[in-house]
Amino acid sequence: MTPIKEQSVQSQDLFVLEHEYFQKLLDVLVNLGYQTIGPTVKEGTVVYDRLISVFDLPTGWTDVQNSGTYRLTKNNDKAFFGYVTGPHSWKKYLLPPISLLWKAKRNGNNFQILSENKNIPKYAFIGVRSCDIHAISIQDKVFINGQYIDTNYKEIRKDAFILAVNCGKAGGTCFCASMNTGPKVSFGFDLAMTEVVNNDSHHFIVETGTELGLEILLQTPHRKANENDKYTADTIINNTASQMGRTMDTTGIKDLLYSNYEHPQWDDVAKRCLTCANCTMVCPTCFCTTVEDVTDLTGEYAERVRKWDSCFTRDFSYIHGGSVRSTSKSRYRQWITHKLATWIDQFGTSGCVGCGRCITWCPVAIDITEEIHSIRKTLSADKL
Amino acid sequence: MEHGIFNPMYPTQFRICRVKKETHDTSTFEIEPENSAQSTSFAAGQFNMLYVFGVGEVPISISGNPAKKKRLLHTIRKAGMVTNAIYKLKTGDILGVRGPFGNHWPLENSIGNDIVIAAGGIGLAPLRPALYQLVSQREKYGKIILLYGAKSPQDLLYKQELAHWRNRFDVEVKVTVDSASGSWDGSIGVVTALIPHTHFDPLRTTAMICGPEVMMHYTIKELLKRNVAPENIFLSMERNMKCGIGLCGHCQFGPTFVCKDGPVFRYDRIHTIFGKREI
Amino acid sequence: MQTLEPYLTEHPFLKDLEPRLLKILVGCASNVRFNAGQFVFREGEEANNFYIIRHGKISIEIFAAERGSLSIQTIGEGEILGWSWLIPPYRWRFDARAVELTRAIALDGKCLREKCEMDHDLGYELLKRFAHIITQRLETTRLQLIDIYGIRK
Repeated sequence: MTPIKEQSVQSQDLFVLEHEYFQKLLDVLVNLGYQTIGPTVKEGTVVYDRLISVFDLPTGWTDVQNSGTYRLTKNNDKAFFGYVTGPHSWKKYLLPPISLLWKAKRNGNNFQILSENKNIPKYAFIGVRSCDIHAISIQDKVFINGQYIDTNYKEIRKDAFILAVNCGKAGGTCFCASMNTGPKVSFGFDLAMTEVVNNDSHHFIVETGTELGLEILLQTPHRKANENDKYTADTIINNTASQMGRTMDTTGIKDLLYSNYEHPQWDDVAKRCLTCANCTMVCPTCFCTTVEDVTDLTGEYAERVRKWDSCFTRDFSYIHGGSVRSTSKSRYRQWITHKLATWIDQFGTSGCVGCGRCITWCPVAIDITEEIHSIRKTLSADKL
Repeated sequence: MEHGIFNPMYPTQFRICRVKKETHDTSTFEIEPENSAQSTSFAAGQFNMLYVFGVGEVPISISGNPAKKKRLLHTIRKAGMVTNAIYKLKTGDILGVRGPFGNHWPLENSIGNDIVIAAGGIGLAPLRPALYQLVSQREKYGKIILLYGAKSPQDLLYKQELAHWRNRFDVEVKVTVDSASGSWDGSIGVVTALIPHTHFDPLRTTAMICGPEVMMHYTIKELLKRNVAPENIFLSMERNMKCGIGLCGHCQFGPTFVCKDGPVFRYDRIHTIFGKREI
Repeated sequence: MQTLEPYLTEHPFLKDLEPRLLKILVGCASNVRFNAGQFVFREGEEANNFYIIRHGKISIEIFAAERGSLSIQTIGEGEILGWSWLIPPYRWRFDARAVELTRAIALDGKCLREKCEMDHDLGYELLKRFAHIITQRLETTRLQLIDIYGIRK
């Protein structure tokens, strides 16, 4: 895979940024023309949205997550990033839910595609977790490294600045440790920060990942990190790694799913799954879209629009008057088999980054780690 | 188009030159690019996404002769919203075309073999380009056998070509229909029933199959019974397509994307999922 | 007849048949020929033969009063025609008519029935083979029934 970001990380490239200078960092980015996007509290969740001021960060809020539950609670913690994940992922910006591909005008019995001046936004993503960095890299493989490149995705992705954050705590549904996608941010970033909050201090231990990241950090007041700082950061991250809310055994998972298309567990899940598609909406790697051709009321102009789609809908697999996957059983099986197994054959890695969003946001609390666990359990029971 | 860069999501304008009615619900549309510099090259088995302004797109196999440049042929059955819109177009109207996409029948790799082509219904459309190519290089192949089944004599496609191929002494053509009335003196029965008594060398045969999945399923069974190796059986699959270029996820069939890993598949590579329900 | 023995020995339908039993069949075999349009047998008639088609085409038909003869299936070269001779009441269930000039080997079913009653090995071998033919016909007929080329509306 061609890395988008050149890695130039040395362990000596560690700095310390005091929390009061975080705003300066944001300002530097804004002055360079970046649209800064980061976490903020909205409608009872931590979402990703325009972030201009540190006061918009979810300071003092933390999320409590479990299967089918998400609650934001106030904790009077001073941490800017004291939450874990929310329903949004960065695909909201890299693969917008609705995206105009082209517009055309009717010309007699012909048509003309109109050339558009596409304004490609320059994003700076603030607070990107390790799981989400892996998710972005997984979508890079889909959209940039295939036979056909999605130019919209590539253009936005090319200039995106990644300010990553190492998780200070693990979420109730997190299992990045099982998927080898965290909690430590290890690649794909311009800057990676570990937040340290205690009685005497509130600062960030910052790792630079690229020349650009270093350049931007140098424009804010900072100091070089020492061995103590590095130790503090490592301790925090190790702590997080031991707190994972879930685990998933991925040993031989591809063959496990390939040899169990008829497993009774699928009937079990089918009794619960509403095919509401929440999981695909919140999953940071799900990339399925649909293409819609629409006209205006006069019929003179036509647009081709790309929209998020989900394999959970009945129409997703529609051909010749019917759907190939007409039952909810087959659609759940398709999603989980794609995510954990066929993705490996298609793109060389798992499609799952262990962020736990699908577990949290499922209205009937279906847990992907539990489903795999159930299948493994019955198989080993058979062996007895 | 931006900066003259090829963007596979942008359709190219093609003009309809001719519409030939094949059956009561199927016609072949012959189209020519508006820009004469536009390439119309394709390999037998590939498809285009055909676009009707403001209505939508549909994937249709190219059914013409790969050696005949200048024009593209698509045999289209009236089935849904977009195909019905295509039928409302007349000669001189414009269709948007994206493609050609997908892979192709293994004609080069089958040189020296007997070729058994089994087509069901409109499945003969993506196989016709292969037949044209095989016949044009007749000396490179052993037997060339076409087994073609349709619902009734009125549903047979390409009646002229069938007669022409049948008249060649070096191509064997067996046509059968599921049912027929009065004046039909050809075979009646499913196309799969033709296989047991057709003469070919199973150890040196390449089979190419296209038709409804159930027809392909039983055809493969008969070929395997005759000891044709799974690596020598090729079929053309179909799935819901939106982008045609492997980015929208709709056409997934197990770990494959029908639009780019197919539509032609070697049977041994998909035999664990082919025929499995709702995959 | 001696000229028919090589053909029968090679035919896939009689593959692996014990030489002793094959000899019995050869003894009951004769060459027949049907001109285009000629009936091989008609529904209701006594079923006393079965046929191995050497070349040509036979149409299996049902007669419907208002619609005339309806062809269900055609049988061609190498295929077997007629199993009603082996299953009671030993009367043809359909019409069979040559679509074009057809040459076949006719096997005397009436004679074979009696031999099968006495020689159960012969009976079992023939019943096995005909059961296979009947299941094949059933399978292909079912595929014809479901209109595989149709679009779900």
